[in-house]
Amino acid sequence: MREFGYQRADDVIGAVALLAADPDARFLGGGTNLVDLMKTGVERPARLVDVRELPLDTIEETADGGLRIGATVTNSDLAAHPDVRRRYPALAQAVLAGAPGQLRNMATVGGNLLQRTRCGYFTDLSTPCNKRAPGSGCSAITGEHHNHAVLGASEHCVAVHPSDMGVALAAFDAVVGYETLNGPGELPLADFYLPVGDTPHRETALPPGALITGVTLPPAPVAARSRYRKVRERASYAFAIGSVAAALDVEDGVVREARLAFGAVASRPWRARAAEAVLTGAPADGDTFAAAADAELAAARPLPDNGYKVTLMRNLVVAVLTELAEETPR
Amino acid sequence: MAPVPSSTSSAVTLNINGEKHQLTVDHRTTLLDALRERLDLTGTKKGCDQGQCGACTVLVDGRRAVSCLNLAVAAEGREITTIEGMAEGDRLHPVQQAFLDLDGYQCGYCTPGQICSAIAVIEEHAAGWPSAATEDVRPEAGPPPLTPDEIRERMSGNLCRCGAYVSIVQAVTRAAEAHEAAARDDDRADRHENTEETAA
Amino acid sequence: MTTATTGRAALKGVVGTPHTRVEGRDKVTGAARYAGEIPFADLAHGWLVLSTVARGRIRAIDTEPVLALPGVLAVLHHGNAPRVDTDYIGLLGMPPDPTAAVFQQDRVHHVGWPVALVVAETPEQAREAAEALVVAYDEEPHDTALTTGHPGAHPAGGVMPGETAKGDLEAGLAASAVVVDEEYTTPEEHHSMMEPHAATARWDGGRLEVVDSNQGTTWIQGELASMFSLDASAVRVRSEHIGGGFGSKGLRAHQVAAVMAATELQRPVRVVMTRRQMFSLAGYRSPTLQRVRLGADADGRLLALEHRSLNQTSTVHEFVEPSAGVARVMYDADAHHTANEVAPLDVPSPTFMRAPGEAPGSFAIESALDELAERAGIDPIALRLRNEPEVGPVSGLPFSSRNLDACFREGARRFGWAERDPRPGRRREGRWLLGTGTAAASFHAGAGPSTAVVTAQADGGFTVRIAAADIGTGARTALTLVAADALEVAPDRVRVRIGDSDFGPAMIAGGSMGTRSWAWAIRLAARELRERLALGTTIPPEGITVRSDTTEALGTLAQKERHSFGAQFAEVAVDTATGEVRVRRMLGIFAAGRIVNPLTARNQLVGGMVWGISMALHEEAVRDRTSGALYAPDLAGYHVATNADVGDIQADWVEDPDPDDPVGIKGVGEIGIVGAAAAVANAVWHATGVRHRSLPIRPDRVLSASVPAAGGDPHA
Repeated sequence: MREFGYQRADDVIGAVALLAADPDARFLGGGTNLVDLMKTGVERPARLVDVRELPLDTIEETADGGLRIGATVTNSDLAAHPDVRRRYPALAQAVLAGAPGQLRNMATVGGNLLQRTRCGYFTDLSTPCNKRAPGSGCSAITGEHHNHAVLGASEHCVAVHPSDMGVALAAFDAVVGYETLNGPGELPLADFYLPVGDTPHRETALPPGALITGVTLPPAPVAARSRYRKVRERASYAFAIGSVAAALDVEDGVVREARLAFGAVASRPWRARAAEAVLTGAPADGDTFAAAADAELAAARPLPDNGYKVTLMRNLVVAVLTELAEETPR
Repeated sequence: MAPVPSSTSSAVTLNINGEKHQLTVDHRTTLLDALRERLDLTGTKKGCDQGQCGACTVLVDGRRAVSCLNLAVAAEGREITTIEGMAEGDRLHPVQQAFLDLDGYQCGYCTPGQICSAIAVIEEHAAGWPSAATEDVRPEAGPPPLTPDEIRERMSGNLCRCGAYVSIVQAVTRAAEAHEAAARDDDRADRHENTEETAA
Repeated sequence: MTTATTGRAALKGVVGTPHTRVEGRDKVTGAARYAGEIPFADLAHGWLVLSTVARGRIRAIDTEPVLALPGVLAVLHHGNAPRVDTDYIGLLGMPPDPTAAVFQQDRVHHVGWPVALVVAETPEQAREAAEALVVAYDEEPHDTALTTGHPGAHPAGGVMPGETAKGDLEAGLAASAVVVDEEYTTPEEHHSMMEPHAATARWDGGRLEVVDSNQGTTWIQGELASMFSLDASAVRVRSEHIGGGFGSKGLRAHQVAAVMAATELQRPVRVVMTRRQMFSLAGYRSPTLQRVRLGADADGRLLALEHRSLNQTSTVHEFVEPSAGVARVMYDADAHHTANEVAPLDVPSPTFMRAPGEAPGSFAIESALDELAERAGIDPIALRLRNEPEVGPVSGLPFSSRNLDACFREGARRFGWAERDPRPGRRREGRWLLGTGTAAASFHAGAGPSTAVVTAQADGGFTVRIAAADIGTGARTALTLVAADALEVAPDRVRVRIGDSDFGPAMIAGGSMGTRSWAWAIRLAARELRERLALGTTIPPEGITVRSDTTEALGTLAQKERHSFGAQFAEVAVDTATGEVRVRRMLGIFAAGRIVNPLTARNQLVGGMVWGISMALHEEAVRDRTSGALYAPDLAGYHVATNADVGDIQADWVEDPDPDDPVGIKGVGEIGIVGAAAAVANAVWHATGVRHRSLPIRPDRVLSASVPAAGGDPHA
């Protein structure tokens, strides 16, 4: 880890200005990912701009009945918030499944969205990795990849996004707010993460130097009956090998509205719009759920050792939607 | 050797176990290393230095956090409580006593982190926080009872390679029950006081 | 001056009664200091630099830019490091692993081979300088893949003969009514104890002192003395608290590098391994490729048994994971063949890891026994009891005691085995298929020569000094109880001091032999001391001290098969839609000698079973063939069981005092893991009808292997 400067920002504009002053500067939130990456040498910032003290730590109801979540709200406070638990339970569940308590207390909403992949080649400086060292190649495609992407990947990178929180946010049409020297801006989560293509090192559509200030959840009555299920290789304290955030509104046995997003299958939280299209207006039964999963997974391009993810996701979708359908409407 | 303040180091005041410590830290110094290497508070352990084991868990402003991913310079202004600050004089914290009595450890290296975590788990549960083991997270469902499964999940950020999990869960259960009983007693005492006031 | 009294209250004895750890208060308050936590004035910090290539030669090390970095004091490497001697046999009867004899050659033998040590004033400076050090290599093609029939594979001994054979195997198999012929594999596994290896070395008036985290101060003292050509008395190794060992905490690169640096700089130097470095430098359990062939008559009596195991080792050090040794103790047949083979690869040296041989070997043979039971239509416990040998199947020696049947009967009763429907895939609860499984366990019981010093003090207290190591076993407490009984005093009058090579030679904490070896020595000295005190001797101010040495007593022990035994039971839940497996409960009943401290012994046995869960379901280090390096070598990439993975786990024991041990001890450190993974795997088969012969049973493997369970409606 090289020596670096450190400054604590008092206000949002000040933070953005501090970062702009130094091209090698990074924002420091909870530090749960950045400090780790600095220890492994993947990140070597010259300066850290600490944004933890910024007044962005509240969760407020928006005028239209959605929620606005400040960027420095910790994962713990997000998951404990009554409105989140009541109106977007899958979001609370996703965050709770995301990391143990001592990390959730540190990790922020803004930082969680900007988490880097946990691909083992990304953190091993001695191996090729296009995401870390553009043009060096992808070690995973011919190497270890049993937990790599089956959707939306490219021949340049097959890493998956590690966030659980982001999967629920994707299902609920979250909008990311940010601040730049040129003023504030917004990006729907669907546009926030860039396609992998041949630039896997470019991960988000955030303008250079932008600071995430918060995430807005539009009102979504369907989200009140939602669920997050995560499968991992031990019962806790592990990244997902497949996860599903789902919400379902059923009336008279017919799906009125459905939300579905996948985790650990792509470079970003994967909104399953093809599946949602199959579900909407169809009978809320196992056949529909399986057909919906198949519609989404038809685009899957598994590698030799991660084909199980297609089966896993299909089974997870059916299981979670069945559970939601069987829940008595309240 | 202590650094001098510069663009890559800073003079900070760290509030640890109620005591203020003034020191100059290299910005690279984590809270964990500041505790262990600079302040001789070696009770906080370094198991992985990457947030992957929980051995370095301390309380920051009353909440558990891994000290290996906290930079010391960023910890200024926060109240840090380490394992050394848990007992009151010779009287062990009830969680410490339960770990001792029920053998909630073997080699002891993960133990300070386990105990800091357990103290926080009991508080988090008392505050009504759900966990990944909570079947229904909606507030209407009420706070989940602190079952063994709830404790297992909530304590899963602290690896114990000796595999003392069974007695760790027993220890946390015992300490949590004592905590709840004490809370009930306080509650009763409060009610009693209120009744007397009303009567008066 | 006082006269020692021996209280009558102690006559009943404290051995066998539960006692909290004597150092417990220090451990729960953070006061217990581990190796990297002892302060030294003027301490410098060393950071190891490891190779990034799997095979080749160091062409150049560019030290100049690094030496110019702030705080950097020295860069040690093969071009400037002191020469050391590796031509010796250490305490364990083996030559040293050259990986620990750092900086003696320009050859690189695996990814993670130590190539330099950077020493600086602060850890932060040392780390940055180590990361900045540019090392150029001439790379050569490497081979890191262990495969069946690997051209380098050859039979190898180690702690036991490589091969044993009696009878005509093919004829036995041909004559069998039921045959099992399957391959089983276990992956590379890492000890992953919570405390990383750490050592501080300094010269103190012509004497080398090393504060270290190890499993035997005598052991490390001897290795360092041999390596640096010093008299053993010129080396003192201290290791008071150890944050786990499991076989890994022996002589490693960090101690040798610290001694070199302390010698060069003439100031104390501390070297601590990072967690990622541990995955290359701390040893590991080799992957195993095993083949088991069993043939039995219609009643399940074994006629033929073959167990072959292949493991990998490094190109610089041969370590055998003797998995095929299990059958030499557990099961007999007229045709009985076992073989351990090893293949050198461009990988780090494997080493002892909790139940070396028995852990992976029991997975294979106890899984095969379960398959035999299934095919023969015989209850798995009945099958095992039917094949209980009278004497050692290979040695022909009698067993000192063998209470495996008692373990199975007690375990079956408490686990509810009798109610089990033997057909697989029959029990469902929501999304979970439930199943139960069992397996047998054994582990060698032995003792190594040790010395102890017991002093009666004028104040009525007693001090025991012994170079024992408490790596979490509770040894310090157990030895206090043993000493108290031998002295016939209450344990609070006894202070046991351990972890210092100055206390005289003693056995390591390893092979489940530590507590027994040390207890023997302490008892010997304490009994003699008690006899002297019984004469009414007055205690002078300096106390009365008695020394013991068990070398002679151990030499007179008759040749016998000496082992602990156990019966493992597991109940698992499997979601075949997601591949998740959860261990709901386990029960282990052990015949493991006299239990000195039930509180800590139970914890340790349960801990072994937790290792079994972890081995069955989680642990697997994956090596990238292209780079030869491990993929994601950290505690997020290498999964050990978390609290949430561990359900209701119980361990208990049957009466089984060792008749030839003065206290009756056998040892409980390793038996808990043996058979545990097989019990889990057998339960997974019972839940789903699918055999998993490769560990760990990961969700992707359950999903890929998932076929409808035999036996009809799973809801039935």
